[in-house]
Amino acid sequence: MNYPENFKYTKEHEWVSVEGDTGTVGITFHAQKELGDIVYVDLPKVGVAVETGKSFGSVESVKAVSDIYSPVTGEIVGVNSLLADAPEKLNEDPHGAAWLVKIKLANPAEVEGLLSAADYQAFIGG
Amino acid sequence: MSETAELRKTPLNAAHRAMGARMVDFGGWEMPVQYSGILDEHMAVRRGVGLFDVSHMGEIEVQGPEALALVNQVTTNNAAKLAVGQAHYSGLLYEHGGFADDILVHKVAEDSYFLCVNASNQDKDYEHIAAQNRWDCTVENAGGRYAQIAIQGPKALATLQKLTRTDLGLIRYYRFVDGEVSGGAARIARTGYTGEDGFEIYVAPELAEARWRELLEAGEEFGIKPCGLGARNTLRLEAGMALYGHEIDASITPLEAGLDWIVKFDKGDFTGRAALEKQRASGVQRRLTGFEMRGRGIGRDGYEVRVAGEACGWVTSGGPAPVLNKNIGMCYLPADKAAPGVAIEVIVRGQPVEAVTVPLPFYKRAK
Repeated sequence: MNYPENFKYTKEHEWVSVEGDTGTVGITFHAQKELGDIVYVDLPKVGVAVETGKSFGSVESVKAVSDIYSPVTGEIVGVNSLLADAPEKLNEDPHGAAWLVKIKLANPAEVEGLLSAADYQAFIGG
Repeated sequence: MSETAELRKTPLNAAHRAMGARMVDFGGWEMPVQYSGILDEHMAVRRGVGLFDVSHMGEIEVQGPEALALVNQVTTNNAAKLAVGQAHYSGLLYEHGGFADDILVHKVAEDSYFLCVNASNQDKDYEHIAAQNRWDCTVENAGGRYAQIAIQGPKALATLQKLTRTDLGLIRYYRFVDGEVSGGAARIARTGYTGEDGFEIYVAPELAEARWRELLEAGEEFGIKPCGLGARNTLRLEAGMALYGHEIDASITPLEAGLDWIVKFDKGDFTGRAALEKQRASGVQRRLTGFEMRGRGIGRDGYEVRVAGEACGWVTSGGPAPVLNKNIGMCYLPADKAAPGVAIEVIVRGQPVEAVTVPLPFYKRAK
């Protein structure tokens, strides 16, 4: 699987892609594979404040529910409406069309502390 | 003996690994939870055919001239009603009326019964039965002598028929024969845990891998899928079937679980009878019911259930129902609230989500 070089990753299996002061956040290919068939995605509303390492929503597969932890601190400025009706897209295109939220970064420099694509792949053992 | 943390393995363990199944610890057994994906496997069983390794299930054999007396003492259903070659669902209870296990009882001969029991309960069940053996029966904990493979779905018969000379069409629901599959001895039962037509075959462990591969090949034209325990769970949930440790356990009686039909008070004494009679006389206080989520979210095992704002029950199993395209579950509620059509709230991760009680089962196949 291709883990984009321009993304940053967390050990909780989220990714963030930064453009200007906005980060687009999703879960990794590895995460969706571990979860299995995703049937429900619970996301916050625009305007909600999120904090690094704190849960802002959940992803539910057929067999279990898992928290999504924010890789950055900031404010939700966009939510992917695709996932409300088609949560299975998260299995199909987790690094692309099935992004979760856009966050206006409170501290853009904090992204530098996250894992690179190579580090993340080493972390998941592949 | 010292405890070991090593997981028990079925004779198909290597085959599962070679075929890329995801393996998990299930009650001390290393079992496949999924192959291609739970939803994909689920739909294969509903529309075509799926193959399950259920060799972790236990088998207990009760034999001797008084075998019926022992079986009828330890189980709730009336084994005297079984013909040779017939099986039924039954309960194994403690004196206090709670479930030790739920089992299938097969009558092999007048003096021989074959019990199929839950994997993680098999040793406990064996002790439980042996301790009540006042009839000098031979009771054997025989799980190690059997592998079990379930072939389930509308194309199960057509798949299995390719491999056996036994006319499967003559085996009625909950009947079985001792026949052959690919020339090797097999007990072939028309039973299952999916809500579909299908068969469960019991073979010697050394034959299991060959049978597994032959069945996958035989079912290829019907789109057969190897299935894991994940799909087994969504299928049985849709069919409204109980799972030990969820809908039933030592604290739950058959009357509470909606399993009155496996309790035969007219058959004479059985373990747990006095407690059930007392419960029946004083009124059953809580009952199992189905529910459907109305709001967004899924009620999961252990979640609290409220009626009119008051906490009064808990979810036993819950998840998506792939065929019905709804989120469903089962829960215990006070008996007066366990009727269909009651508005309830399931507390999903701290938030109350609307749901409504519905009758069981959720899914019934077209006959």
